[in-house]
Amino acid sequence: MKNKAYVNKHDCVACGSCVRVCPMSAIVVDGIAANINCEKCVGCGRCAKECPASVIQLKEG
Amino acid sequence: MKKRWYDYLWIATLAYLILGFVNILFAWLGLLCFLIPIVISIVKGNKAYCNKYCGRGQMFNLIGGRFGLSRKKDIPKWMKSKWFQYGFLIFFFAMFFQMLWVTYLVFSGARELKQIVTLIWTFKVPWEWAYYGDFLHSGVSQFAFGFYSVMLTATILGLITMILFKPRSWCVYCPMGTMTHTICKIKNRNK
Repeated sequence: MKNKAYVNKHDCVACGSCVRVCPMSAIVVDGIAANINCEKCVGCGRCAKECPASVIQLKEG
Repeated sequence: MKKRWYDYLWIATLAYLILGFVNILFAWLGLLCFLIPIVISIVKGNKAYCNKYCGRGQMFNLIGGRFGLSRKKDIPKWMKSKWFQYGFLIFFFAMFFQMLWVTYLVFSGARELKQIVTLIWTFKVPWEWAYYGDFLHSGVSQFAFGFYSVMLTATILGLITMILFKPRSWCVYCPMGTMTHTICKIKNRNK
C-alpha cells in the first residue's frame, strides 16, 4: 500500500503553498480548499511539509 | 511548473512597501488588496485571490521558502483555531475602523494630520520624509498614513510568523483570508 496525501478541507486556508511544491502537479485549489488528485499523487509528502495550516496528511491509500 | 503572469505579483507587493517610504500617498493603492479578494469571493465564490494573486503570500513563499528564512515548524494549535482566526479578524477590523474614525476627524477639521506610521498598533514612527504636502485635503494624507500602518503591520506580523513557523503562516490567520472564507461559505451554502 502506497501513501497518499489527503486534505482536511474544513481547515484548509486555500493559500496554494501545496500546489507550488507538488512535483506531480497533482493539486489544484478549487473553491476554498485544495484538492489532491490521488491518481497523480505519489505520496512524497512535500505538500504536507509545506502546508502552513498542517491540514495535509499522508495516509495509506 | 510553468510560471504565469500572476506568479510575479510579489513584485507589486514589494514595490508597494517601498513606495510607502517614497511618497505616502501610494498607500491608497493598497485598497486593491482589500477590494479584489472581496469582489472575487462575492462574484466567484472562491479564494482564487489567496492562492493565485496574493503578492504578500508569494513574497513570504519566496523569502521563507526559496531564501530559507523560515524555521519550517508547525504553527501552534491555538493559532489555527477558529477562535483565533475570527478574534484576530474582529480585532483587525476594530483597529481599521478606529483608523477610519481618525481619518474622518482630520477630514472634518477636528484633528490635525499626524505624519506618523503606527506599527503593530503601538509603535509610532515619524514618517515625515514621505510627505510632500497635502493632496486635495489633509484627510487624504491621513488615510494614507493610517492605511500604510495597517499594511506594514500585516507585513511585519507575517514576517515574524514566517520566520518562527512556516513561510505562509500569515495565511492561516490573515483577516482577509478569514473574511473571504466566510463570504465563500455563505455564497456556496446551497451547493
